[in-house]
Amino acid sequence: MPKLSKNGELLNDSWQALAKDATPALSELSNGEWLVHIKWYLENQAALTGMTNVSVWLDSDDEAASVAELTSKLPVIGVNFPVFTDGRGFSIGRALRERYQFAGELRAIGSFMQDQLFYLKRCGFDAFVVADGAPVESMAKSLRDFSDFYQAAVDQPLPLFRRRAL
Amino acid sequence: MYVYDEYDHKIIGERVAQFRRQTERYLAGEIPPEQFLPLRLQNGLYVQRLAPMLRIAVPYGMLNSRQLRKLAHITRHYDKGYCHVTTRQNIQLNWPQLDEVPDILAELAEVEMHAVQTSGNCIRNVTTDQFAGVAPDEIIDPRPYCEIIRQWSTFHPEFAFLPRKFKIAVAGTLADRAAIHFHDIGLQLVKNSTGAIGFKVLVGGGLGRTPVIGSVIRDFLPEQDILTYLEAILRIYNLHGRRDNKFKARIKILVRAVGPEAFAEMVEQEWQNLRDGTSHLPQDEIVRARSFFPEPAYQRGLDDVDAMARINSLRGENREFGNWLSHNVQAHKIPGYRAVTLSLKFTGVPPGDLTDRQLEVIAELADRYSFGEVRTTHNQNMVLADVPAAQLFELWQQLSKAGFATANVGTLTDIICCPGGDFCSLANAKSIPIAEAIQREFDDLDYVYDLGPIELNISGCMNACGHHHIGNIGILGVDKKGEEFYQVQLGGNSGYNAALGDVLGPSFSRDDMPQVIRKIINVYVENREGDEEFINTFARIGLAPFKERVYAKAQ
Repeated sequence: MPKLSKNGELLNDSWQALAKDATPALSELSNGEWLVHIKWYLENQAALTGMTNVSVWLDSDDEAASVAELTSKLPVIGVNFPVFTDGRGFSIGRALRERYQFAGELRAIGSFMQDQLFYLKRCGFDAFVVADGAPVESMAKSLRDFSDFYQAAVDQPLPLFRRRAL
Repeated sequence: MYVYDEYDHKIIGERVAQFRRQTERYLAGEIPPEQFLPLRLQNGLYVQRLAPMLRIAVPYGMLNSRQLRKLAHITRHYDKGYCHVTTRQNIQLNWPQLDEVPDILAELAEVEMHAVQTSGNCIRNVTTDQFAGVAPDEIIDPRPYCEIIRQWSTFHPEFAFLPRKFKIAVAGTLADRAAIHFHDIGLQLVKNSTGAIGFKVLVGGGLGRTPVIGSVIRDFLPEQDILTYLEAILRIYNLHGRRDNKFKARIKILVRAVGPEAFAEMVEQEWQNLRDGTSHLPQDEIVRARSFFPEPAYQRGLDDVDAMARINSLRGENREFGNWLSHNVQAHKIPGYRAVTLSLKFTGVPPGDLTDRQLEVIAELADRYSFGEVRTTHNQNMVLADVPAAQLFELWQQLSKAGFATANVGTLTDIICCPGGDFCSLANAKSIPIAEAIQREFDDLDYVYDLGPIELNISGCMNACGHHHIGNIGILGVDKKGEEFYQVQLGGNSGYNAALGDVLGPSFSRDDMPQVIRKIINVYVENREGDEEFINTFARIGLAPFKERVYAKAQ
């Protein structure tokens, strides 16, 4: 599936997410780029060391702290939105960026919706896995719904009250 | 009151454009209904029994005359010429057209108003005491903090898809006229032993189908820490609140499940990561927020005793005026001034309803008598907060003409009532006709005055928008095999001695209700000692005598 960047460009994507209960043989992961569920990754961490083509995704009931030791090594972390009304991923995203200093690609996967893109971007997500044929231009506009914000978040770490005075 | 700067205008303007585009996409079939639902709710738009309902935010209840005139125009142009004041100080339109809502929002933005987050599973409009800034018993004016919280919570990217709705109230007095014990977060402004300002923090209060009194999780939180601490509470709730069952998704259920102490500890740990962040409030920002709520240009040195002596002398000639003075006029911190409550509880008019013309009259009166400002109250009335005592008679005459001088504030007939089955698609039963029947039953004002302060609240369903759990007398509409019945609760208290009412017993038909309330009042009157208030008599004699009388078999 293609991915949308935080700037609204549609990019090809080579990372594929494996199901939560998948137990792939290591040989299956040697080619391509794979996102595996954090639980499986942690259980197989020793064997995966050095495999830069394998990274992780978190479900909405996983804790950001579970990747605390990995954030400097992982190139991509996916956060799943099982349904768009499940807002836990917003908090997970912020925690990954702000507390665990994750600097790689933070991607939203699953059932988030177009009108959440702006909030997702604010919470530190910089890539969004979208369906084939998604209305990219319209989505790019939704990413820019607001040009300023009251509160601090990942994209603007200073709340408005610290900038008003400048 | 707060005045928008370029940033506020830009942000609210962009919200209007965003919702206009979302509405267009929805009407073009580009947004599925289930996705449009939270988008419209977070703009205050419900789809109701007869038409959409638009809930307009009145931040912490403050309005100016320009905004009132705009609301009058909107109700006339886009609706049927009336609106409704809610129990959370907001204003509702009952008949807007979906495709015109973006235009309504654009009109509101012109006068620095919006409908942001007045519904949906997000942080709702912050509420407070309608006498903020003028109450003689106030410790600290809560409004600057309400505004700081309003800005922080507006379009908060992390907390727009919470497990359930989230309501915050702030009180600046010990008396608590903001019902802070019954909010998801209740904040009580306090000063510590060194005179520093801070908050006592309560969480997990609420009404609805599981009424709970909030638990104190912190006795003193310094004012500079308020936003980081709120952020910690919300994050814990967002991550750990239940999402599997909407009836167990409020923060009260989480607080109860883990226990208030353990919850406080979770918040404390989260807060350690946030407390020194950029959202820690600098003193400058608190000062800036305060600067929007200066004292108006009061005339100083007025002789309160003298002014009131002259006003009181008019009581003799005019009994109605005297009644109004006693019940609808409240004390003020500045000598020679009074706060005046406009009763929106005229028998025959749904509690809290206002016509377009009445909105304009209130605007005129606010300009003439109260520095152009007015407040909405959670009791569904309105307040002119800064009226010179010497002008009270003149104001009363104007209010009488406009229908706002019903001298029943704080009495049995000052009924708090949700829109109920006449309007609301959630309701199990009608509530407005019950309010009217009770008002008609108790139409002898002198008798009502003798009864002293009694809060009577009516909700048309267990969602409890009429806050029936915390009425001294609470009435809940229930559905029994398609028929409307009413359950009665006694002993609720929204104030400092917060309490939830006890259910009296089996429910009653609509026709029985006036007589049921009559019997309850009779038991009170027969058992009352001296001038004892209803709530104190109830506390002393308990539920049993009321139960006995109301359910006694006819002889």
